Amino acid sequence: MADSNALVGISTRPISATDLASAIGGRADGAVVTFEGRVRVQNEGCSVLRLHYESYDAMAEEVLREIVAEAMDRYAAGEIAVRHRSGTLEVGDVAVAIAASAPHRSAAFDSVRYVIEEIKVRLPIWKREEYEDGSSRWLDGAVPPGALAGKATPAAKADA
Amino acid sequence: MTLAGTRVRILLFGYYRELAGSSELQVELPAGSRVDDLVAVIRSDPPFAELPSRPAVAVNRRYAPGSQVLSSDDEVALIPPMSGG
Repeated sequence: MADSNALVGISTRPISATDLASAIGGRADGAVVTFEGRVRVQNEGCSVLRLHYESYDAMAEEVLREIVAEAMDRYAAGEIAVRHRSGTLEVGDVAVAIAASAPHRSAAFDSVRYVIEEIKVRLPIWKREEYEDGSSRWLDGAVPPGALAGKATPAAKADA
Repeated sequence: MTLAGTRVRILLFGYYRELAGSSELQVELPAGSRVDDLVAVIRSDPPFAELPSRPAVAVNRRYAPGSQVLSSDDEVALIPPMSGG
């Protein structure tokens, strides 16, 4: 968003996992794993022209920091950087970039995997795809666990 | 002691924003209202007839259960199914 050099955040400008990887990793980290999610030309049988990401920036940045803190804690990673795009993207553009460093490979792989999977279910970002035939639509997506109005959660039951 | 109502600001995104034709709403509720009460009020407004009966809701940028009591000046967001990554 505002700080285009931040290691964790939402960006309106192009992002790359290589940039993130070069910004992380101390002398104790023997492994760096990167992941890029890119806009692909076919989705669910439709030819994608471009897409638009709309983000709830203030919350998305908090959620990203929370996900990174959880991954650091779970896998004892060295450092983790993650950026997600908002705005208009063309086919081939990077939508999400993640880099994780750790003393050994498994913690780095596990950290990257955790971050991308949590992004899929928790990050408040929405994608509208535009197709070659001129149509467009908001993609169906994930609903965060335990966040539905009308659904009793364990915490709500304890209050009752 | 005055029993003032709760005035909340509601942010709308993606498909929900298009339903409303606006990215923000203000709703006045009786004091002590919960997230579920707010959702019921919003759904009674014709543009939101298509809103799921249990949309995900965030209060002050955290996902909130339907039982959470709202306070004036809370920043509430209706969260459509997400499609990041």
